[in-house]
Amino acid sequence: MSSAGKLLPGDPASAKPETLNKRARQSAFRVYAGALWHDKVTLAACVFLFLLALAAIFAPLVAPFDPEEQSLMLRNQPPMTEGGSEAVIPHVLGTDQLGRDLVSRLIHGARISLAVGFAGAIFSGIFGVLVGLIAGYYRGIVDDIIMRAVDTLMGFPSLLTALLVLYALGPGVWKIILVLSVTRWMVFARVTRSLVLSHREEVFVDAARTIGCSDRRILVRHILPNLLSPIIVLVTLEVATMMLTEASLSFLGLGIRPPQSSWGLMLAQGRAYVTTAWWLVTFPGLAILFTALSLNLVATWARAVTDPVTRWRYLSAGTSKSGDE
Amino acid sequence: MVVMVKGRSVIARYLIRRLGHSIVILLGLIIVVFFVTHMLGDPASLMLRPEATDEQVQALRESLNLDDPLRVQFTRYMGDILRGDFGESLWQRVPALPIVIDRIPATLYLAGVTLLIAVPLAVILGIVSAVKPRSITDRIVTVVSLTGVSVADFWLGLMLILLFAVQLGWLPTSGFGGPRYVILPALALAVRPIGRLSQVVRSAMLDEMSKAYVTTARAKGLKQRVVIFSHTLKNAAIPVLTLAGDEASVMLNGAVVIETLFGWPGVGVLLIEAIEKRDLPVIEASVMAIAVMIVTMNLLIDLTYSLIDPRVRYT
Repeated sequence: MSSAGKLLPGDPASAKPETLNKRARQSAFRVYAGALWHDKVTLAACVFLFLLALAAIFAPLVAPFDPEEQSLMLRNQPPMTEGGSEAVIPHVLGTDQLGRDLVSRLIHGARISLAVGFAGAIFSGIFGVLVGLIAGYYRGIVDDIIMRAVDTLMGFPSLLTALLVLYALGPGVWKIILVLSVTRWMVFARVTRSLVLSHREEVFVDAARTIGCSDRRILVRHILPNLLSPIIVLVTLEVATMMLTEASLSFLGLGIRPPQSSWGLMLAQGRAYVTTAWWLVTFPGLAILFTALSLNLVATWARAVTDPVTRWRYLSAGTSKSGDE
Repeated sequence: MVVMVKGRSVIARYLIRRLGHSIVILLGLIIVVFFVTHMLGDPASLMLRPEATDEQVQALRESLNLDDPLRVQFTRYMGDILRGDFGESLWQRVPALPIVIDRIPATLYLAGVTLLIAVPLAVILGIVSAVKPRSITDRIVTVVSLTGVSVADFWLGLMLILLFAVQLGWLPTSGFGGPRYVILPALALAVRPIGRLSQVVRSAMLDEMSKAYVTTARAKGLKQRVVIFSHTLKNAAIPVLTLAGDEASVMLNGAVVIETLFGWPGVGVLLIEAIEKRDLPVIEASVMAIAVMIVTMNLLIDLTYSLIDPRVRYT
């Protein structure tokens, strides 16, 4: 009823589209949430990522032990070892070579692993999208130069370039994020450019130009919103890639260094004990695997749901069995 | 005949263009290596241990002519590298390039075995899931291939060592020798390409199977097996090959980590050893060697591409 009231003459003209917009957004949210509810695997991945993010943010509150607390008596103890005299809970996943609790170290390590993944993906995303927008929108010589550079950089062995730069700069979280962003932004530039090329000839861009919008306004307000969903999917995939690259770099001794810790560094430190303490190398690797897998599952799902060609299958999956065949 | 000759010259022109692109990549990489080692860092401090005295640093700076203007250093550096002179290994006191070249066969051997495992498996998985899209098999294959791209390959290597070398004792934990030594590193290295390629094979096969020529083939009464293997697979190979170049690059990058883990005497492990010993000439030569391998693999893929896809010949 209230929406009908807004349509009465005399109301501010702007109220109507806003209400409609809001309702459309709400129902879109409901449709996606419904589709997610019916895809249990993706739902599980979302829940896992959500809990992991919470655990990483509130690490000091969630971790059962101090991740730095050493104990000579409890070196390399297997999972479920009783934790000292005053501890209520056992060391569920065992302890490491210095007697530190593995669960607590995993939770604290998640902070750096996730931070590097997300920051790297977002920085390279922002830069790459910007470059891609410019190349795709202005075409011509700017486009030629940018895309030549992108093609050349894509041919570089990215892990080796990262190794070399970290060797010259020395270790550090921000340096890793910087190096990962510099070696991976080209993916975003390429995808954004091809998307802009397909949108820039459309009627709404012509219309915007006709009413006198500036190039910047057309790019930011009219073209960019249309690119958001594929770019968000790509960011999600890149978080996983960056996290895996950080793990490799830390494993090789050029990424995160103690006293900071990440899952990759935990693997590097546990490697020496692979024959005597299997839990030290098993659980950090599983943490990386589950996180990257969840990110990949969510990205695959999001791509299918936001793509009009494949969307109907997912959206109809809940209402009729025939959609599943 | 005329068409053939014309077709060939078009292939030749295409390949020359690709070769030019490869040379640009390698030159670009040389510039980046110079920038990183001479401008982000200082070669003298990169080569010496942190505890080196000021006199040692100064002596090395003089022997490397590091006090010359950057422009002069760059010209000399470019000239040296183009002549294949990366300088002497600080640790072995012999030219760096031959040390690196000695290690190339081992890396290529590992890469070759990895491809022999990865490509057939990826094609089989991709076909199996494309034949019945959205079936249980398809969903399982999708999750398996996503797991493949989500796993840290060096961690998988550790797990393989734990299971097959430590627990079961079937295969050696590390080292280089007979065929038994290559199995674990190649398996660890193959998982990522299997995951990525099987997804590409799947979507390429799905694309092809929805085309009219498949309907025609089915209408003629051809069996599923014939339709897949003698009709669609060859066409689906085109998009798969396009991505195979990226895969080759990712695989050789991963080989650095896997070689280190398994003590495989390839270029990758040499690079990591050289970084630990701060042996800058060997580091630079290793990076360039791996880059040359990647670029060559991409060229070979382009060549295959132009042979399989007739459309490339006429554009």
